[in-house]
Amino acid sequence: MNKPKPAPKSKPAPKAKSTPKAKPSSMAGSISKARPQLPKAPTGIQGLDEITGGGLPKGRPTLICGGAGCGKTLLAMEFLVRGATEFNEPGVFMAFEESTQDLTKNVASLGFDLKDLVARKKIVLDFVYIERSEIEESGEYDLEGLFIRLGSAIASIGAKRVVLDTIESLFAGLPNPLILRAELRRLFRWLKEKGVTAIITGERGEGTLTRQGLEEYVSDCVIVLDHRVSEQTSSRRLRVVKYRGSTHGTNEYPFLIDEDGISVLPVTSLALNHIASTERVSTGIQRLDAMLGGTGYYRGSSVLVSGTAGTGKSSIAAHFADAACRRGERVLYFSFEESPSQIMRNMNSIGIDLQQWVKKGLLHINANRPSFAGLETHLAMKHKMINDFKPQVAILDPLNSFVVGNNEIGVQSMFMRLLDFLKTKQITALFTNLTSGSGVLEQTEIGISSLIDTWLLLRAIDSGGERNRGLSILKSRGMAHSNQIREFMLTDHGVELRDVYVGPEGVLTGSARLTKEAENEAAKLIRNQEVELRRIELERKRTTLEAQIAMLRAEFAVQEIASSKIIGQEKAEKAQLAQGRVDMGLSRNVDAKPNIQKGGSK
Amino acid sequence: MKTSPARPAQPAEKTAQRKAASSRYILKLYIAGQSPKSVNAIANIKKICEENLLGRYELDVIDLYQQPQLAQGEQIIAVPTLIRKLPLPLRRIIGDMSNTERVLVGLDIQKAA
Repeated sequence: MNKPKPAPKSKPAPKAKSTPKAKPSSMAGSISKARPQLPKAPTGIQGLDEITGGGLPKGRPTLICGGAGCGKTLLAMEFLVRGATEFNEPGVFMAFEESTQDLTKNVASLGFDLKDLVARKKIVLDFVYIERSEIEESGEYDLEGLFIRLGSAIASIGAKRVVLDTIESLFAGLPNPLILRAELRRLFRWLKEKGVTAIITGERGEGTLTRQGLEEYVSDCVIVLDHRVSEQTSSRRLRVVKYRGSTHGTNEYPFLIDEDGISVLPVTSLALNHIASTERVSTGIQRLDAMLGGTGYYRGSSVLVSGTAGTGKSSIAAHFADAACRRGERVLYFSFEESPSQIMRNMNSIGIDLQQWVKKGLLHINANRPSFAGLETHLAMKHKMINDFKPQVAILDPLNSFVVGNNEIGVQSMFMRLLDFLKTKQITALFTNLTSGSGVLEQTEIGISSLIDTWLLLRAIDSGGERNRGLSILKSRGMAHSNQIREFMLTDHGVELRDVYVGPEGVLTGSARLTKEAENEAAKLIRNQEVELRRIELERKRTTLEAQIAMLRAEFAVQEIASSKIIGQEKAEKAQLAQGRVDMGLSRNVDAKPNIQKGGSK
Repeated sequence: MKTSPARPAQPAEKTAQRKAASSRYILKLYIAGQSPKSVNAIANIKKICEENLLGRYELDVIDLYQQPQLAQGEQIIAVPTLIRKLPLPLRRIIGDMSNTERVLVGLDIQKAA
């Protein structure tokens, strides 16, 4: 691992040259006029340059003090190594406590190859060995030897940076503190004259910053490191106590020491000026997308899924992770209660295969107990992991496990910082939060709800001898969203949302809903049958009527025929009668002139 | 450099016969230029050696301004520093050697008569 970190490198580089205008964003805004500023030497340490507005005072000594094991030596060493590798400022490390071999070995674990740097004449290591028992004092002395030594080391590589770690050991090794004090004063003046940027480390003393009161001599810049334990967890903090001629962040900032060295979080300097994206990202659940105005969460927004135990918070988180990976995005999943394999197994049971994304490197699950470290350390770790992994989606599951005892304020401020950080990075964040059964549902223990953009509430609905899950949207800033409660079901192919039954009997879910639905179905069936029956009845009536009509018609026809037959006979009879009369007349010689009949009969 | 004969490195036991026979002293005085302390130290140590170690000592005076690299090699911090290379163990005396008593204790030498 050879150090050059991309992030810090690109950032402080421009401010290296004497006009370090870059500042924590909160201060920057209005006062960014080009004022003459103290020349600064960038440390290259993540975050420290932001707090100090560009680095340590160039050409002046800086005191770094703190208790045992708080990271003084490391900070000093990183300052030197980064100076040598990134800012082309070679340095001299004068160690009073550790031999050069030990030092080389110790910092090798941080990826600093001191041997190589020494060979390339970028760094000189000098171990000052003082054994009190070997030394006898006879008369006045001075520390000219140290000056000569340091001077020749500086000259040998043209060093611009010097570290003296821990010069106070001289007090233990040499007699006559009065001479030492005078000589140290001279040393610091001499360092200033040489124009080297120096770090002097000092052990924390009782009531003073350092045991020997070095802060009296080194007064340009004082940084205090602290390593404290509360609630059995430790956290490291850094504070710039004083910085002559420059503004600086005055808070305590958490910092981390890990395999890449030191990183300081200038979190409290973040301002509320992140860009709000209008892009939407799918939740991974179709119905939920629909509920959120059809397209899901806003990119870069913060989503809170809260609910009582076993309501499926993690499942919603897993869906979101799965959907993001499907889009080819990177997802960082912080789990505080389950191990990665447990999460993957559990999600497999609802048909979400997270394993594949882990294999493809799109999903990274980081599982840590909250008690693993202090809040600040957690924050710093997350910061760092997010910076390294560069995810588009971050999931924290669950938040409330951080609450131990009464540290709510601490937890809240930590999440506020984390949230701000995620927002500035345009990372969509999904948090889950377990609400205790007795507590108020619409409230998070750590009170971050007001920071959240979209809040999904999952609740167990107890009715009809069973527990069912209901999902509703408590709020979703900046989008139209459904006001409906949906029944939330975990199936072997993921989460399903169903409409709940809303009727005169109220809201029904689960089997009650199913029963109700079945009842409705039956009622409908019966109604249908009735309608059919009526239709048939009508048909029958019509058929009957039609039959009757046909019969009548037939009867009528018969009568008609009969009638016309009678009429015909009648006529024939009449005719015969008339003929008979004529014949009779003829036979009786009737003189009457029955012309017509005659003519007619002819 | 010559090794110390017979006598093992041990703190002073005031037996005159042992010292007379064996010890040969090799001393190095590191100074920085011609500062008053340096000048005093040279004068003082020469006097002490002449009075107590006549004929059985070697004294080198080294100016660190001329050979600054020796400061690191010899672990010199304070100036002037007198290093007793032999007999072992290595001893250091810092200061302008004005306190003869302390120099003698430091060098583990019995005062002559």
